[in-house]
Amino acid sequence: MTRSKILPALPLLAAGTATALAATPATAASVTVTVPQIKVAEYHRPYVAGWVEPAAGGDARTIFVWFDGKKRGAEPGTKWLADLRTWWRKGGRSLKLPADGISGATRAPGSYTVAIPANLPKGDYVLKVEAARETGGRELVSVPFTVGGKGGSVSGKTELGTVTVR
Amino acid sequence: MRFRSILIAAAASSVLATPALAHRMWLLPSTSTLASTNEYVTVDAAVSNDLFYPDHVAMDPAQVSVWAPDGTEGKVENAAKGRHRGTFDVAVNKAGTWKIGMERNSVMGTFKVGAEEWRVGGRGRPQGAPGGPGAPAGPGAAAGAPAGGPAAGPARPPMRMVPTVADIPANATDIKLTEVTARTFIYVTAGEPTKVALTGKGLEFDPVTHPDELVSDEDGNFRFLIDGKPAAGVKVTVVPGGKKYRAAEDAQELTTGADGTVKVKWPVAGWYWLSASAQDTKPADKKASARRMSFTTTLEVVAP
Repeated sequence: MTRSKILPALPLLAAGTATALAATPATAASVTVTVPQIKVAEYHRPYVAGWVEPAAGGDARTIFVWFDGKKRGAEPGTKWLADLRTWWRKGGRSLKLPADGISGATRAPGSYTVAIPANLPKGDYVLKVEAARETGGRELVSVPFTVGGKGGSVSGKTELGTVTVR
Repeated sequence: MRFRSILIAAAASSVLATPALAHRMWLLPSTSTLASTNEYVTVDAAVSNDLFYPDHVAMDPAQVSVWAPDGTEGKVENAAKGRHRGTFDVAVNKAGTWKIGMERNSVMGTFKVGAEEWRVGGRGRPQGAPGGPGAPAGPGAAAGAPAGGPAAGPARPPMRMVPTVADIPANATDIKLTEVTARTFIYVTAGEPTKVALTGKGLEFDPVTHPDELVSDEDGNFRFLIDGKPAAGVKVTVVPGGKKYRAAEDAQELTTGADGTVKVKWPVAGWYWLSASAQDTKPADKKASARRMSFTTTLEVVAP
């Protein structure tokens, strides 16, 4: 999968730093998502999707989705996309995969930065990131931000680390 | 069973001392939402009081039909009927919303031969025949059914019953028949939900909120139609599954408004049983004078 748009950054420890950065950004242009390290006997990388919704309501636009696009057979990797249940309902189910510049492989624990489309009209939005892990949990994090204005940062509690828009 | 309670109400007779029965018919798919079109759902089918706890009788998968999103017929596979629960698979191999379930139609009611009241249809063994043209001089007619009857004591008269409307004798009087239609359908969606075609006949479920995109923090909004028109005053019962694990049934008893819709709140995420019922005096079968209609479905409500 194309890694060009996603720059692996510092794993986990970056969380604290990211929170501190939240106050500084001037324009919303990218989102940094931390996939936390989870100490369990059976770990599978989570499926993660991120999308933006106008704060006042409106169509969701998927920014990225990380899933197992290689697994084939009776249970292909696409089977569990619906486990990202909010994303699935908000637009995942209408997205044709693989989606160029949007879909990619699952990520190991760490921080990853993804560009937010430059052609989003100015205004208030909510960035949502949802993660679901096999044999694990599922979490949805919402980060309000303004295109052409302030960013924001919110920390997940279980399946997601810090999600920062800047 | 549901039919039985309907019958009791329809017959309004005292021959059955059984209290009102709450046995509920249900179909429970393994999921309501699939991400692709190369998957299966496995459906449980049973009749029980508590949802979705199969402890009474199995529903026979042979009664079930499957409609693909394009209206073509789907297939029931791997059907089995256990002691408490029937089960079957459906290959969900086309994108859109599938309808799975059954419709059962019957005519029930009462008539009199002389002073004796007889029942038509329903459960139980027919006893005797009320006589009539061509019938041998059976135990029926004004002489009455076998006087002994079941060992229920003298206070309980024997149940007089014929199986179908065709068995009503020519000398019958006070014929009161009710057409009974019971629909039980579930909806499973692969990919994007689609609208399921309506027939314009009887009581139908015309959801405003798609049944496969329900979330616990958003009300479900469902419209009910009778003969294709919004139906006000339809009684809707909504029961969350898993009563075994809480203290009360927590059922909601709702009624549709003038526009035929009802709003349903979901106190918790999970599977819900929804059943609507209505009655009127517009049966399709002209021999009947009234009709009772029910629609039952099972809804999956996810956490936000």
